[in-house]
Amino acid sequence: MSRAVLTIEHAGPLTTVQDAGRPGYARFGVTTAGPMDRLAHATANVAIGNPEGASAIETALGGITVVVSEGSIAIAVAGGAPVVTIDGTRVEAWSVQILSRNDRLAIRPGRWGSWTYLAIAGTLPAKRWLGSTATHAQSGFGGRNMAAADTLVIDDARSRPVAPRNLPLPVGARPRQDVRVVLGPQDRFFSSAVQQSFLSGVYTVTDAYDRMGMRLGGPKLAISGSLDMLSEAIVRGSVQVPGHGDPIVLLADHQTTGGYPKIATVIAADQDGLAQLRPRDHLTFRAVSPEQAVAAARIRHRQTRAYLQAVSDKGSRQ
Amino acid sequence: MSDRPPVIRDLGDAGLLVEFGERLDEPTYSRVRALDRALAEEPCRGFTEAIPSFASLFVGYDPLVTDGVEVREALLKLIDRPPPPPPDPKLHTIPVHYGGAHSPDLDMVAEKAGLAPEEVIAAHLEATYRVYIYGFAPGYAYLGGTPERIRLPRRDTPVRSRPAGSVMIAGGQCIVTTVDMPTGWWVIGRSFCRIIDPDAPRPFLFDLGDYVRFTRADD
Repeated sequence: MSRAVLTIEHAGPLTTVQDAGRPGYARFGVTTAGPMDRLAHATANVAIGNPEGASAIETALGGITVVVSEGSIAIAVAGGAPVVTIDGTRVEAWSVQILSRNDRLAIRPGRWGSWTYLAIAGTLPAKRWLGSTATHAQSGFGGRNMAAADTLVIDDARSRPVAPRNLPLPVGARPRQDVRVVLGPQDRFFSSAVQQSFLSGVYTVTDAYDRMGMRLGGPKLAISGSLDMLSEAIVRGSVQVPGHGDPIVLLADHQTTGGYPKIATVIAADQDGLAQLRPRDHLTFRAVSPEQAVAAARIRHRQTRAYLQAVSDKGSRQ
Repeated sequence: MSDRPPVIRDLGDAGLLVEFGERLDEPTYSRVRALDRALAEEPCRGFTEAIPSFASLFVGYDPLVTDGVEVREALLKLIDRPPPPPPDPKLHTIPVHYGGAHSPDLDMVAEKAGLAPEEVIAAHLEATYRVYIYGFAPGYAYLGGTPERIRLPRRDTPVRSRPAGSVMIAGGQCIVTTVDMPTGWWVIGRSFCRIIDPDAPRPFLFDLGDYVRFTRADD
């Protein structure tokens, strides 16, 4: 272990530190936060021998450029299909690299995907709050927003014996256009014709897409009856329909309660793929039963375990 | 128990929403709290977290361990049993600064309510509030008990940013905010009391069911 210093030369909007999230505090209004694409985040971490839920940098379509101003360090990049360069030379988007002093790593949007993770072999400096370094942008409690000229001092940087290599893409790394939902809890607020248009229509991701949620364009969803509903719990994946009739899928930084009807919930297995869609990408919704959603979560879990086992860095594991 | 059984709805594979009613009233809210306490004492298999709201309780589960069918059964059994007794509520006293820059919406609330600004302040100070739920943002405790004569609906368009510590009202509710946030509620005062203390063993000041009184802070 040795010291390394990274300087952020450029960081687009929504570049934050995320660990696996801050579960268990929703009853106090604290959302879980954590990575938008949990599998890609875990991949970047285990590829360089970090714990799966370690702090990593999440970057959106604005990209990030980092220069090593001191020392050397292993890094891994995963998530989406970004253009990744080291000193201008293209490297694989999903890969493990060793960076040395003065190396300049740039991650810019490529063919597809919205979120990319940069994990470093060492401890990222970020504020821990309620046991987590996940950044909740709205509150500023915990974590860290990345901005140009920030320096990151890594006291426990590792550059060996991590092996530079390319990482195979996991099943489901790509943006998911066929999104499975369980209808409810307020499907009764929508006529069967409106539910039909939700399930048969083609939706488009709008520019109103950030870590809180994704507003969709497409068939408007009229609410039957009055909008007079008590606030109740929201979960990641809740598809909320405010008065304007455009569905909003709530994601990592969602508010913990809300008073708009929710027509459906995106199943956990499809949330990472959904998050990798970009503005102007299309998607459709398909209803499954809660039992099918649970079965999908278990299949996804098995695939994830096998994949993370295969790509993890054995050499540097403690 | 003679209460009608709750409606239990699936939220994907994340958990179940147990709806005890559609209106905020004391019996409904008590049933939410009772199931919340019962779960804390005796969590069902695969239980992850519970999120109480005014008339419903979200019960999260780990889909790798259990499923909605099993959790539903466990919840119905818990609901049928006498719940653990509620803890004794605490009374919190929160100092509030009123007037001037602390109260950007005081004059408008007064006008809409047909009162003098000082009467609005007096009304806000006379009530005892109850902590119903936390929601929306970290540490946002929804307090019920705002007196009838200063109840106003929310604004149609939220105001861009109001600072943390804003004491704001809408309908029968009141919130002391913890983060800078746009809001459609009416800000009538400012408090520097910390609702969230991240380093404290209990980082959140209120427990659900606690009572709150406001006092006028010296400027």
